Amino acid sequence: MNASVITAGHDVAGHHEHHDDGSKTLLGFWIYLMSDCLIFSGLFATFAVMAHSYAGGPTGKEIFDLKYVLGETMLLLVSSFTFGMAMLNMHAGRRGKVLAWLVVTFLFGAAFVGMEIHEFVHLIHEGAGPDRSAFLSAYFTLVGTHGLHVTCGLIWIVVMLDMVRRHGLDGIVKRRLSCLSLFWHFLDVIWICVFTFVYLHGVL
Amino acid sequence: MFGKLSLSSIPFDQPIVMITLLAVAIGGAALLGGITYFRKWGYLWNEWFTTVDHKKIGVMYVILALVMLLRGFADAIMMRGQQALAAGGAQGYLPPHHFDQIFSAHGTIMIFFMAMPFIVGLMNLVVPLQIGARDVAYPFLNSLSFWLTASGVVLIMLSLFVGEFSTTGWLAYPPLSELQFSPGVGVDYYIWALQLSGLGTTLSGINFIVTILRMRTPGMTLMKMPVFSWTALVTNVLIVAAFPILTVTLALLGADRYLGMHFFTNGLGGNAMMYVNLIWVWGHPEVYILVLPCFGVFSEIISTFSGKPLFGYKSMVWATVAIGGLSFLVWLHHFFTMGSGADVNAFFGIATMVISIPTGVKVFNWLFTMYRGRVRFTVPVLWTIGFMVTFVIGGMTGVLLAVPGADFVLHNSLFLIAHFHNMIIGGVVFGCLAALNFWFPKATGFKLEERWGKWSFWCWLVGFYVAFVPLYLLGFMGATRRMQHYDNAAWQPYFVVAFIGAVIILAGIGFTVLQIAVSIRNRDSNRDLTGDPWGGRTLEWSTSSPAPFYNFAVLPEVSELDQFWADKEHKRAWPRHAHYADVHMPRNTGVGVVMGGFATLLGFGLIWHIWWLAILGLAGMVGSFVVRSYDRDVDYYVPGAEVEKIERERLVPLHKLIDQVGAAPAEQKVA
Amino acid sequence: MFLAGCNMEVLSPKGDVGMHEKNLILIALGLMSVVVIPVIALTLWFAWRYRASNTKATYAPKWSHSTKIEAVMWGIPCVIIAILAVITWRSTHALDPYKPLVSEVKPVTIEAVALDWKWLFIYPDYGVASVNQIAFPVDTPVNFRITSASVMNAFFIPQLGSQIYAMNGMQTRLHLIAREPGSYEGLSSNYSGAGFSDMHFKAIATTSQGFRDWLARAKASAAALDLPTYQALEQPSEKVPVSYYATVAPGLFENILHNDVGGRPAGDKPTEGAPMKGMPMEGMPAHDGVAVVASRHDHAKVAE
Repeated sequence: MNASVITAGHDVAGHHEHHDDGSKTLLGFWIYLMSDCLIFSGLFATFAVMAHSYAGGPTGKEIFDLKYVLGETMLLLVSSFTFGMAMLNMHAGRRGKVLAWLVVTFLFGAAFVGMEIHEFVHLIHEGAGPDRSAFLSAYFTLVGTHGLHVTCGLIWIVVMLDMVRRHGLDGIVKRRLSCLSLFWHFLDVIWICVFTFVYLHGVL
Repeated sequence: MFGKLSLSSIPFDQPIVMITLLAVAIGGAALLGGITYFRKWGYLWNEWFTTVDHKKIGVMYVILALVMLLRGFADAIMMRGQQALAAGGAQGYLPPHHFDQIFSAHGTIMIFFMAMPFIVGLMNLVVPLQIGARDVAYPFLNSLSFWLTASGVVLIMLSLFVGEFSTTGWLAYPPLSELQFSPGVGVDYYIWALQLSGLGTTLSGINFIVTILRMRTPGMTLMKMPVFSWTALVTNVLIVAAFPILTVTLALLGADRYLGMHFFTNGLGGNAMMYVNLIWVWGHPEVYILVLPCFGVFSEIISTFSGKPLFGYKSMVWATVAIGGLSFLVWLHHFFTMGSGADVNAFFGIATMVISIPTGVKVFNWLFTMYRGRVRFTVPVLWTIGFMVTFVIGGMTGVLLAVPGADFVLHNSLFLIAHFHNMIIGGVVFGCLAALNFWFPKATGFKLEERWGKWSFWCWLVGFYVAFVPLYLLGFMGATRRMQHYDNAAWQPYFVVAFIGAVIILAGIGFTVLQIAVSIRNRDSNRDLTGDPWGGRTLEWSTSSPAPFYNFAVLPEVSELDQFWADKEHKRAWPRHAHYADVHMPRNTGVGVVMGGFATLLGFGLIWHIWWLAILGLAGMVGSFVVRSYDRDVDYYVPGAEVEKIERERLVPLHKLIDQVGAAPAEQKVA
Repeated sequence: MFLAGCNMEVLSPKGDVGMHEKNLILIALGLMSVVVIPVIALTLWFAWRYRASNTKATYAPKWSHSTKIEAVMWGIPCVIIAILAVITWRSTHALDPYKPLVSEVKPVTIEAVALDWKWLFIYPDYGVASVNQIAFPVDTPVNFRITSASVMNAFFIPQLGSQIYAMNGMQTRLHLIAREPGSYEGLSSNYSGAGFSDMHFKAIATTSQGFRDWLARAKASAAALDLPTYQALEQPSEKVPVSYYATVAPGLFENILHNDVGGRPAGDKPTEGAPMKGMPMEGMPAHDGVAVVASRHDHAKVAE
């Protein structure tokens, strides 16, 4: 029987595997985003099927205000940029600036959600609520699901603001900010699709 | 204050339900009383409820699954009893409203709360051990996944006593499941139980993909990974790709029911066939999510007990990947009779048949693994051979149903029911029970008794054929599914035989329970002291039984497929280490079980329109998660000295034994 | 398969579509048996031959690969499936339920509506309607247009062949033909709620004379399927007895299809049925049972 003696050096290598250097978390988060992407694909597919099921109710052309939506879009795009600034500062280790840019991102995100809620309330008052037709059901659900995601992102930003304040920019906080950044940009991409397929396509 | 909930929600007028409730209440009180009397609450909380150890989570999943097997089977035998009685004007003992709940609950429970937990539990138990990892990628998330599944179970069990369950079948096709036709809370129970457990399953899928991709032990390339872990990888990819679609589908149905939307309603543009498409885009991959890991189980068993490597490992891996990919291209075969047109039907029919090619290859692989082997007829092998014979028959009837022209007369008939039970009992249930017998010693440290295991196997096998061959024949007689009663008295003898089959299966379940009970009583005579009770080939057998909480004191190094077998052959298994390093482990946490509790409140509040309760549940879930994210004391190091002590306790007598006989004890059994 | 007695309805079809489907089932099963039976036999034989106690059998503990065997085991299923795929492609097109059957006889059109929990049948060419019973002449193609006023069902007469879904707001089509006179069991084969188990109907394939008698009986009925009658009929009910309607509100099927019944006042007053196209209906006795005469060569043109 050969008793193999394993050197300490080797074991450290094995050890390393179980420390989360962040790469495992990021991979997992990517996979989560892919599954979330599938949720949106399901909603987009549903919207595509229902896109003309107006059931005598209003059409996209009649209810969408492109200028308003363009405003919303700009808010979200800018928020993506400001989040990018926060990340740049995170890598540079400038804690104060990270906090400041996160606050700015939060404000833009909150404004976006506010505009969306305003749009929804307006539509419901006009009699174009989600219970009017399959088209409107699909519209409210798709756009609303995105809005719900942004709202979750806002809560996450608040939590991260507090964490950066308490713990500074340590490994765990950086890892979480990286995930949040992925999430925020992902929502931007989804919104571009919403803007193109729901609003532009609906109006043109 | 309590939404739709009132005292009249409890079905006092239904004696069957009330007797069950009484039995559950007495049994539950006895259980809780016993735990209190023996002062086991602290033990349960510390060692089980708050655990993040994948092996213990796996054991909890399997226990959950076995309990739900009893519930699901109770539904099954009640259905068989009803149909054996209700012929030619007779109404049997179950009125339609009760019968409809029972078949809906049977399907829902067996798929979501028996088969899924068993499979996920099995992956939890085995995958990290097989790939030489100390835990899964996200141990806390793993605990959360389990408790979300458990909250789904709590909801579906509650539906038995509080309110009602869905009467719309296991897939709740609209418009029947819409508020207009199902105004009760049954469909809401269905939706929220599935949403919660589905969320748990998706998280579990992400967890295992990262575990398998990132945490394999040094040297284990993907093509040196044991087949079960391969099937687990493909299954988890399918989970992550398919379950979001289920989530969307049920959310849209929920939007119709709760917010008055019109996705699948009659009128106002709703399109019920959209639901049918969406649910099967999830539903067909789901079948493979269940059966692929079982293919992995059979592969491990047949190779271990034939004393040979698996024949055609590469074929097996590629066949698994191919099945996983193809499973997304066949969903329409579940509704050829929708009138899609010949081209579409023919495409999906042929795509379905193409799946039978890699599946057929697998059967040949198992066949040629036995060829020139030394097959030991243990209980797991009996299940495997029973599976191979049963499964090819089910495969044949499945390909038949994939021919649209044949499906036009067999769709929704009892032939279809017999076919998918042929696959799910013959494939998934046999696989789960084979795995239970195979890996039981690894989880507990002692083997299951062979004798009662064999009794169980024969009862299940015979019972299956007696129960389902009549259903195949009834399908040819034009008998359709989900009938509470039927006029044609000529069918009755077949239903009576099917009922007898169900009784034989009941005996099989009884013997499994007996087997477990007797094995626990006689555990001292069945101890697995080596960690390798069967002459195993893969890494899980190289560590002790039960595996220590850190799995491997030193991560094993891999250079070939059946590494442990090769190590034993070259007499380098169970290495003696001069030094043990500290081991990094995650700490237990109660957040998972607390979040599961809040999830149950959320679901219950939504089902009964008790909005404050729902908000409380949601806020509790989010709050606990945020609080958890502040916890920085989530892991710790086990000192090397402690690891050394645990390892010596096992290895010193083992090495003495090895030195005495000159070979591993289990190897002798093979030779 | 060989247990197929007279009660194996699917395996004793009485019409072309069902016949074709029965043959398809038998061919597919036969073809697959070519692999399945040897595999079962080999499984049992290998397990027995290579049992651990049989030390005489060869033991090759390292043997796990053979390119030849693997080529065969990928090859055989591929060949079988290729053959089946060709059969599937052809039969699926031949048996497309939407495809009208080729026949010199002018088809009978029946509009079928699934209700909770009964079937309403409308004969647009004759202006009559019935509940839970249809009749048509043998050797005559029957064109079904199918929808549901309620939840999803499936229209199925096992002995004549294909079934198809009945869905709200949608119309499906089905083409069947009977070659032997008889009274065949029809049903909904898709679960639709509490009264589902009794959602049966009789499909009577009869001579052209028998069909004319049946129509006359319907025509002689005192009931008319106007909108109020339909709306009453639409309410959920179980075990509904067979009934006939002498007239049908015009465009009723289309209105049901578009979820439009009662929405438009235009169809409110009871109206005459569709023109009878020269069918001599008067004076025909309304039999209690419909004559079922075994004469499959009676090709009399039913509807000119």
